[in-house]
Amino acid sequence: MKVSYYPGCSLESSARDYQESIEGVCNRLGIVLAELEDWNCCGATAGHSLNHRASIELPGRNLVLAEKAGMDLVAPCPLCFNRLKSAEKALLSQETGTYRYTLRGKTKIWDLADFMAQEGILERIGSKVSNPLAGIKPVCYYGCMSSRPPRITDAENCENPMSMDKILMRLGAEPIDWAHKTDCCGASHVVDRPDMVFKMVGKLYHRALEVEANCIVVSCQMCQANLDIYQDKIGEQMGKAVYLPIIYFTELVGLAMKERQVETWLSRHFVDPLKFLGDRGLLA
Amino acid sequence: MENPQQSPVKVDPGFSNLVQTSASLNVNACFQCRKCTNGCPVTFVMDIYPDQVIRLVLLGQKERVLECSTIWVCSACETCTTRCPNEVDIAGTMDALKAIAVQEGIKIPQPKTYAFHKAFLDDVRKRGRMFEGRLMQSYLVNSGELFRKLADGSIKEEISLGWNMLKRGRLPLFSKGIKAKKEIKKILE
Repeated sequence: MKVSYYPGCSLESSARDYQESIEGVCNRLGIVLAELEDWNCCGATAGHSLNHRASIELPGRNLVLAEKAGMDLVAPCPLCFNRLKSAEKALLSQETGTYRYTLRGKTKIWDLADFMAQEGILERIGSKVSNPLAGIKPVCYYGCMSSRPPRITDAENCENPMSMDKILMRLGAEPIDWAHKTDCCGASHVVDRPDMVFKMVGKLYHRALEVEANCIVVSCQMCQANLDIYQDKIGEQMGKAVYLPIIYFTELVGLAMKERQVETWLSRHFVDPLKFLGDRGLLA
Repeated sequence: MENPQQSPVKVDPGFSNLVQTSASLNVNACFQCRKCTNGCPVTFVMDIYPDQVIRLVLLGQKERVLECSTIWVCSACETCTTRCPNEVDIAGTMDALKAIAVQEGIKIPQPKTYAFHKAFLDDVRKRGRMFEGRLMQSYLVNSGELFRKLADGSIKEEISLGWNMLKRGRLPLFSKGIKAKKEIKKILE
């Protein structure tokens, strides 16, 4: 199975752990990720905040590249996914000449977690589990952008996504249902309004601990960064010691398949997941 | 003391049409059910609520909406747009208002947020991709945060974060530019 792959800018640097785990896991599952040739940034929040045209044309260029490649397109970053979908909708419904790119609409755009939760791939994952994740009781935290708004994302159930929950169940983990799967973490406001983000993330910790989760599993590198990097500080503000490893779902797929590089990926986090997994006898 | 109820309100009756044309935002369909505001995760830092922003747009109270913090602290989580029963694109309206505020040279009440967005697009314009290390540097300089952090000593936290990212292999020192830089520059003209 071969697909076009759009990693997005963060996966080249701060989300290197995510990128490495995606490569490792897809390789084991026989999924060939063909990185789009000369892809560009989707413009992210800055693009849609300040320049509507660019917020369509930047991802639009990538969609033209994907159409040329002729395969489905997979995006691990939910914001990239959301911008690609927004561009798809805008370019397909434009009056001729509004934007500099046109599309035929032949490329299916996937959020990585949704892509991996297809029945065929779930079966492949299930057949390779040699280290079932007993004792892992996570809440799955999807964040905003792979779901909302559904008229852009085409999400089946934007208030209660299930892709990561389904994947984790195949791995032998016990994902816990909670009402905050798609709450906002504050995203890039962590740079200019950290006070806001700390409050929003604090609420998420509180809700996760309330349902007795022992870690939080994510599919978004922005969520991962906000929940992982400042955990000590936010815990201090909440007046309690919080220890909730923030783990990418792909890292757990790798762990359950005994992928050799797992510890390298996990060692790049701020809140150490190795102790948590070691205590449960899940590390080699 | 000036009585706010007697101070004149400038009204621009064409404003909602101006906002409307920026994208298919559908602001005129709002019937003030306040579902947007009730689901919004960031009302705690807003000076006026999302439903009020829409109402003020409809009333032509351009200055009030263009000068408010709300449009900048909106985190674009799209909960409002998703839940609106009349398909008003509230989050999209926040974007359209930010763009108009910048175009019209309005004094922005959240200058750091604007500085971050601007630094981000400048970075993409140069290389075609965003490079986190450089972006943070130019944000700190352009927002004035560098001086503030040097003065109050909190620069230590930035240095420690940078060091910790570097140690974990998550802060490459060189960026990968793309070949089609000219094309990207044109998009961002």
